[in-house]
Amino acid sequence: MIGKSFWRAAAAAAVLASVAGTVAAGPYDDGQSKKYYETMKGKRVAFVPLSMGFDLTEGWNAGLQNQAKALGYTVDVRDPNWNVEAAVQAVNGFIADKPDVLILHPLDQQAYNRLVPKAQKEGIYVVQVNLKSVVNGDAYVGTDWYDMGVRQAQLMAKTCGKAAGKNGKVAIITGQAATPTVIIGNQGMDDVFAENPDIKIVAKQSADFDPSKAQAVTSTILKQNPDLCGIIGIWDGQDTGVAAAVREAGMLDQVFFISQGGGNKAAACDNIANGNFDAYFSYDVPGQGRDLNAAVKILLQTKPKPGSASFALYTPLKLITKDTLSASSCWTLDQLKRDGG
Amino acid sequence: MVRGLSQERIVLTIAVVLFVLFSVLLPGFLSAGNLLSLIQNVSILGILGVAMAIAIIGRGIDLSILSTMPVSAAWLLTLVNGGMPIGLAFACALGFVIAVGIINGTLIAYVEIPAIFATLAMGIVVYGFGKAFMTPIDAVYTGRGESWFYAIGSGRVLGIPAPVIVFALVAAAAFLFLRTLKPGRFIYGMGDNPLAARVTGIPVRPMILLQYVIISIIALIAGIVMATALAGINTRLALSTMVYDVILVVVLGGIGLAGGKGGIRNVVVGTLLIGILLNGMTIMNLTYTVQSILKSVILLLAIVADTLLNPRDEQTAQHGDI
Repeated sequence: MIGKSFWRAAAAAAVLASVAGTVAAGPYDDGQSKKYYETMKGKRVAFVPLSMGFDLTEGWNAGLQNQAKALGYTVDVRDPNWNVEAAVQAVNGFIADKPDVLILHPLDQQAYNRLVPKAQKEGIYVVQVNLKSVVNGDAYVGTDWYDMGVRQAQLMAKTCGKAAGKNGKVAIITGQAATPTVIIGNQGMDDVFAENPDIKIVAKQSADFDPSKAQAVTSTILKQNPDLCGIIGIWDGQDTGVAAAVREAGMLDQVFFISQGGGNKAAACDNIANGNFDAYFSYDVPGQGRDLNAAVKILLQTKPKPGSASFALYTPLKLITKDTLSASSCWTLDQLKRDGG
Repeated sequence: MVRGLSQERIVLTIAVVLFVLFSVLLPGFLSAGNLLSLIQNVSILGILGVAMAIAIIGRGIDLSILSTMPVSAAWLLTLVNGGMPIGLAFACALGFVIAVGIINGTLIAYVEIPAIFATLAMGIVVYGFGKAFMTPIDAVYTGRGESWFYAIGSGRVLGIPAPVIVFALVAAAAFLFLRTLKPGRFIYGMGDNPLAARVTGIPVRPMILLQYVIISIIALIAGIVMATALAGINTRLALSTMVYDVILVVVLGGIGLAGGKGGIRNVVVGTLLIGILLNGMTIMNLTYTVQSILKSVILLLAIVADTLLNPRDEQTAQHGDI
């Protein structure tokens, strides 16, 4: 009896010792992993979107917060609510606060041109997401707007041009004039249409990112051009207004409508499924969130001098049409908040 | 001023002249389809104009309608998308806008804050509250319902777009309210001379409360029309400059900012002029910036005309403008 309990105690002690031993040795280190976790711990990331409360920024934030939580750092958000001045103030406030990485989502191409170098001088890495200032930061994560314009225009030329036996009449509904989406995207379209003289732009109007304006403008354009072949839109949030006007005019079958956006299910896939949009170029927000996290991790690990080694992660564009539509084509915010980027 | 020359007539003349000019110069302008879409495009503006007119006639103003409209409609959609029956969701939204109207009215009538400041602040409160507690994201889309509810903004009755019909109904109801009902007449009295109105026994404070509740309810109607027309609504509209467009429609039509003057006819005339102008400028493919400049110049001219035609006299000077 005594012997049995002795051996039992000895075995228990051995197990305890081995467990204690593993704890003391720490988690497995493959030579990089330990340093990786240590580098991230306690770091501070600051994020100034153009506004919270819409699919893109909420989606990126969900991705950022999920990773920050997992790796033990913080992401602070200041919401300027579509106001460029408030955004500049928020950025200045963060620069004074000296976070490790500053993520910017500028509404305007010019507004941050002085702030980016100022932040870098203070030793803060600057990442710009999806929209960027004329001045480059340490990293850009987002859409190549020129490529977006080119691909939208190419698809339109293919669908409405002479080769398809169509009349080539196309309208473009753009958004707020100072954003890269519009400035650079239009250049891409112009370059393609210059090579396709059979495409005739019958109207080019801004709807200021406002769906009700888009609807009004589009319905007038449709009345003026009852034989219109196609419309190019600039952002799904605004483009629902364009689609409403086309639907109301009873021209859904006639007008080929190309939209674009972050690929949120309600904005993209639902509209493809119900025929509001014929084609949709998605820059896939969960993918961008992952790239954004990657940019933060690369900068924190490689520690270049801010401003010395700028890189870009352009988002691969995904074309969604009724033919390519699948369960995984789009995302929802709930799912993104749950699963991370 | 010249006898018989009212601002309403001037604006009507300008509208007719523009209409004739565009009909001759712009191909396609005079088609029935274009004219219907012209009115349809400004019908939401017109509905909000009716609400603003009720405020201004009573010597007030409501800058919060541009928050109340999208926030209440977006909340309604959020509730419906979350599984609530449309009727119940509508009741919730109605309760919300009535609350907003009561708070506006209380601040103005009982706390005696000038309407322009009370509603300016209230607009920001409504937008902020809505963004924080009522709608998770800015843009709320309508679900895939086939209910009659979704036809309010996008359907047609006898070939006439539904928003035009809603505008006509709201305008008619407001016209009858202001012209035939006692509270409506009281609003004119209050706008003309608030102190005299009180002395003659009009319950001025409760009337102001009623006035702002009506305005908020009209804002909800406009919101529902917009949400069902566009298959969704964006609360960011609260930050847009649309409130100026609404004031433009009202002042342009000839409702004096000093209160007590004008009626729903003025709103209709003002809305038509803006509709013709916007439609023509879009057909001419003018840029957004140029369109904004032209609109602003016209607002300025309308305010100048208002000042000349409704000169400040001793009486208005004593009570002040809004």
